[in-house]
Amino acid sequence: MIEIQNLSKTFHTAGGEVEALKDIDLRIEDGDIFGIIGLSGAGKSTLVRCMNLLEQPTEGRVLVDGQELTALSPRQLRKARQSIGMIFQGFNLLMQRTALENICFPLELAGVKKPEARRRARELLELVELPDKADAYPVQLSGGQKQRVAIARALASEPRVLLCDEATSALDPKTTRAILELLRKLNRELGVTVVVITHEMRVVEQICNKVAILDGGQVRETGPVSEVFSNPRSEAGKRLVLPEGEKIHVLPENRLVRLVFDGAAATEPIVATLAAKQGILLNILAADTHSLAGKTYGSMVLGLPQDETEAARALLYLREIAGVTAETILQ
Amino acid sequence: MFAETELDLLEKIIRQGLLGALGETLLMTFVPTVLAFVIGLPLGVLLVIGEEGGVLPLPRWLMKALNALINILRSVPFLILLIVVLPLSRLLVGTTVGTRAILAPLVIAAFPFVARLVETSIREVDAGVVEAAQSMGASPFQIVWKVLIPEARPALISNFMVALITIFGYGAMAGAVGGGGIGRIAVNYGYNRYKPLVMYFAVILLVILVQLFQSIGNRLVKKADKRIR
Repeated sequence: MIEIQNLSKTFHTAGGEVEALKDIDLRIEDGDIFGIIGLSGAGKSTLVRCMNLLEQPTEGRVLVDGQELTALSPRQLRKARQSIGMIFQGFNLLMQRTALENICFPLELAGVKKPEARRRARELLELVELPDKADAYPVQLSGGQKQRVAIARALASEPRVLLCDEATSALDPKTTRAILELLRKLNRELGVTVVVITHEMRVVEQICNKVAILDGGQVRETGPVSEVFSNPRSEAGKRLVLPEGEKIHVLPENRLVRLVFDGAAATEPIVATLAAKQGILLNILAADTHSLAGKTYGSMVLGLPQDETEAARALLYLREIAGVTAETILQ
Repeated sequence: MFAETELDLLEKIIRQGLLGALGETLLMTFVPTVLAFVIGLPLGVLLVIGEEGGVLPLPRWLMKALNALINILRSVPFLILLIVVLPLSRLLVGTTVGTRAILAPLVIAAFPFVARLVETSIREVDAGVVEAAQSMGASPFQIVWKVLIPEARPALISNFMVALITIFGYGAMAGAVGGGGIGRIAVNYGYNRYKPLVMYFAVILLVILVQLFQSIGNRLVKKADKRIR
């Protein structure tokens, strides 16, 4: 469990003081896949770097599994960091080491004997589905493969927590999906708590069970993903969930429904089918969907008809489509 | 073109003194370079990790003093430094002439230069990689030995060759004040006794050696750098 209490971070720069984080309180339970979402400059990276004290908070406390990191000596902190894995947007692999040697690195730091370290590294390569890349140098790997090696390396010391700082932002959509799938698998199979920092809603939608919306260095709202995304209460949340929020507010009498495509649905014209088969007309108010290999990912916001029974029929229809979650949005 | 006697002289030099001079030159190049790295490598690493926000921040006055020392030593022309340091040579090896006497001034002239070369090599290492190591709980010492130096290895090898060739040049210069090696042949015969043939011969030999060092260096770097596919 990660607990963040009254955390603030102020940077002293040449241009004056910058308050990157203001009075953050956050609680991440064991086994969560916790998303922290916000636009660039919201302070997400600073926040995740405060969780292993790569960034020293100006004020407040950080507790991981009850241990107060902010109260540890440098030596104790180094020990504590071995149970907090981290992966990065830029992968940060050692360029002069092979994939296997990269994975051995944290084990070397912890004083594990070489044969044992190599055996464990091979198992981890197996786990991240790269068993044949043991002797490849990072330069010979694709972005997705590099991130897999980085994940294996972060897991080598058997951490309880994995921090992901924009870990998929440098990857294409298809690779992003595969990496997120892997993170979900690791969360399920190893029970590792995952913290995902991202600016992309679909990342949160795909794997997170809880989310916090960060804006201007403050947590604006937090809760289960389905709740926060279907019923955002904060301004920042609304801006994020309803891409063109202001335009939607022009139609206050319409009830809105938000569809999330998780990739299981085949590409089919949902809105056209509703019109043709049920005679129900829906407005598409916003859509951010991607088709990959015949599957649809992303989200769409539709305006429901004024008529209550028609709206209910439309909702019923939408909820029956496989691979689509339909949530009405309260305004 | 050249007088018969000059050709004879060259032949005599090649037969009698060349091998020895070559050995002296190599000794005056490699020994000081290695010693300059023994001092310059830790110093260069310190210049990077000791900075504010570095892996092992050191007191600001210490960093300033280190930088000042290096800058002062680097701004003294080698020939002047050579003369200033000669008393130290007398103390260390008991003489101020010959190959051995020139070693101490060469090391003193070279290590600040090497420290700067090491500094730039270490700075090339991606800060993200250092951060990743910190996130895994690496100590400053482990970061130096397992991240900074191994990741900078290709640049360090390349800069070792730069230092080697510079020191090689210093060594040849030292021939003017009693140093040994091929430089002395060039200065003694070519300059002092005006035998251009001998001088050209010595210079060509120096050129060939530099080419040789550089191409060996390039090959080593290429082999060491795993960033090249």
